Amino acid sequence: MTQLAQSKAAVSIVQAAPPLFELRGISKEFPGVKALDDVSFSVWPGEVHMLLGENGAGKSSLMKVLCGAYRADSGSFHYNGEKVEITSPADAQKLGIAVIFQEFSLVPYLDIAQNIFLGREPAGRVPGTIDRKKILADARHVLDSIGFDIDPTIRIEKLGVAQQQMVEIAKAISQNARILVMDEPTAALSDRETELLFALIARLKADGVAIIYISHRMAEVFSLGDRITVLRDGRRIDEVQPGAVSSDDLVRMMVGRSVDMSYPRTFAQTPGKVMLEVKGLSSSSGIAGIDLVVRQGEIVGLCGLVGSGRTEVVRAIFGADKATAGQILFDGQEKSGGPDEAARLGLALIPESRKAEGLALIRSVGDNLIVSALRKIFPRGFFDQGKSRQVAYDLIRQLRIVTPSDKQAVGLLSGGNQQKVVIGKWLAAGAKLFIFDEPTRGIDVGAKAEIFALIDRLVADGAAALMISSEQAEICHVCDRAYVMCDGRIAGELARHELSEENIVKLGMHHA
Amino acid sequence: MTDISKPIASGRMLLSDEMIQVFYRLLAAFLICAALTILTNSFFSLGNILNVLRQASLLFFIASGLTLVVLTGGLDLSIGANVAISACVAGTVIHQTGSPTLGVLTGIGVGGAVGMLNGVMVTALRIPSFIATYGMLWVLHGITYWYMGGETMHGFPAGFRQIGSGYFLGLPIPVYLLLVFLAIGTIFAQRTTWGQEIYAIGANPVAARLSGIPVARRLLLVYTVSGAMAGLASIIFLARLNSAEADIGESLTLPAIAAVLIGGTSLFGGLGTVFGTFVGALILTLVLNGMNLLSVNASWQPLVTGVIVILAVWLDMKTRRRAA
Repeated sequence: MTQLAQSKAAVSIVQAAPPLFELRGISKEFPGVKALDDVSFSVWPGEVHMLLGENGAGKSSLMKVLCGAYRADSGSFHYNGEKVEITSPADAQKLGIAVIFQEFSLVPYLDIAQNIFLGREPAGRVPGTIDRKKILADARHVLDSIGFDIDPTIRIEKLGVAQQQMVEIAKAISQNARILVMDEPTAALSDRETELLFALIARLKADGVAIIYISHRMAEVFSLGDRITVLRDGRRIDEVQPGAVSSDDLVRMMVGRSVDMSYPRTFAQTPGKVMLEVKGLSSSSGIAGIDLVVRQGEIVGLCGLVGSGRTEVVRAIFGADKATAGQILFDGQEKSGGPDEAARLGLALIPESRKAEGLALIRSVGDNLIVSALRKIFPRGFFDQGKSRQVAYDLIRQLRIVTPSDKQAVGLLSGGNQQKVVIGKWLAAGAKLFIFDEPTRGIDVGAKAEIFALIDRLVADGAAALMISSEQAEICHVCDRAYVMCDGRIAGELARHELSEENIVKLGMHHA
Repeated sequence: MTDISKPIASGRMLLSDEMIQVFYRLLAAFLICAALTILTNSFFSLGNILNVLRQASLLFFIASGLTLVVLTGGLDLSIGANVAISACVAGTVIHQTGSPTLGVLTGIGVGGAVGMLNGVMVTALRIPSFIATYGMLWVLHGITYWYMGGETMHGFPAGFRQIGSGYFLGLPIPVYLLLVFLAIGTIFAQRTTWGQEIYAIGANPVAARLSGIPVARRLLLVYTVSGAMAGLASIIFLARLNSAEADIGESLTLPAIAAVLIGGTSLFGGLGTVFGTFVGALILTLVLNGMNLLSVNASWQPLVTGVIVILAVWLDMKTRRRAA
């Protein structure tokens, strides 16, 4: 870390010059959401600029604007003090901006050298061929320059995550990247690999590369960052020096999002019997030792950062992922089968992606509403169109689903109405425990209030609900209790009076 | 967009897309009949029309089971080879035991068993149906060729041959079977919860699973039914030809897929009807029959089949409301 300390000292001298790259007043709007709102931000060569914010604070949007995937609605970019345009990925590349996403963009069946020079292969002597010798020599040179000692003829599929990340960085360097954007680069790395990455970052800093670093780990924010910018609700909250703030200060800056709270909630005074009890649940998708309880009449929150294992927990409970250890008791009965058993017992899953996992978009509203209730409505196995339509009509009326007809293809409805159809299908099935995974994702404010009123009514009528949400304010507003996840485990439980955005963020942060 | 308060939908809405599409197809079949009646002297005769129906029925048996597979978003390429092996094994059983009943049960049983094996590959081993059944095609061909050793089986009991060439009240037996299986297939697909679940699986298998549908069990059923229908077709084939060879059903797979597609079932799953496939089989048979009657060179038949398939699917895509 001494290396880092030295380069930190160097930065203060450099700052007299104009920044290498600067964003002024960048805004980006999507229907219903202001993803970026007048964000200004700058980096100097040889500095690590930390970007901090909750899920949905605007980090990803900012990154996508930087790499040219999104086009900013307003604002300007300045390179070495000169105004420039970024309207396409090619523009960003020309300016020397490279983004290392969490999902790498490498081709698994090509080797390291081919990946580094993908699309820029040096031509061979015969037209249409590639100069393999030159590719290998150039690849070795680039790998050397970042201190990565590996044979460039190894195929990407043979590499681990850390090595693939190194290849991504080598690729960026080979394109003369001067501004490197890294999205949670240590998220999937071991301690040893993290050290190697930090050494590389120090090396890049010394070479004058500017690094924009997105992180959720407080420790590295302080040890690595030269400056810290906090985003919230698409706005830049503040820019601070790591020496001048504590981690509590940063958490306070990150929380306090403005969310509409007009939906009422009548909290149960005495929760009912235990509906769901999970003991030591683990699954192959990376969650381990999960214990949780949901009682009748409760809405229990499940929070944590994206990728902390929230969805994996509910998938394992529902039987969509196979549990590798532990026990799931539903209404006192042990449950071990797949989603069909879960549905039969009275569990309901309202998945995060309505379109991919919740609905058959080409089928009608009516067909989608009764799909989980077929066995219940027609126990003898004979399907009756009239009866099915009657059930669908009742649900359409009860949930106030706005559709011209029950025959309308569900894919043509608005997001909020689609979500109501997904919930309706479980109402028809007579579910007793509703598991919501981001129930208000992509839904406008009015529909959100309706969805929450609906959930409230469900639990008031004796059902139970487990709800994943990235909106901490929502969790605080509607939940009786909440569990907070971090790295595939439950990091803690918050009772009603302890529920605050600050507490959720604190528990959900990596403290390693 | 208005809120609906009672179960009445306006005019056109009462007709589903599927009903409209089947109506257009029936219209097309009728127009082909009308044209052939005018253009030829021999089309509009009882003998020829019964002949068309008998040929269409054979195609329909294979294609109806296939329709269910395609409705789930899968494909069964092994049906032709399945017909061959079922026919040869059933033929042997009839020769050995002299019992047509046992032969019929064997044919359907072998076909169903092959189909179930396909289902196991698709569900338990998660091999894409296209590949699993394509591999099965070769395996079945291999077994059948080895089993028959280039021989041909001849001469079955007259009672058995009735299934393929007999008449009852002036209509060929296969036409009765056609009506029976058309009714069963339609009721199964439209009027049972399993049928509804099959549509749901084809429209979105992930959502179907997360909605509590036992997807693997339904797929196993569908592939087994497809195989059993190939087995049934093999019996009719055997009884009609009164002989069996190793390559007996080889040429049936592609026409059956054509009948399904012409019938309006989407290869992506979730859309289509068994009745549509019947009309598809009828249209295909009518066109080929008409070309024979008009003495068109037989080498044009595949070309015309191809053009009809492409046209039918293209028109479906144009008329279907896009929701996905």
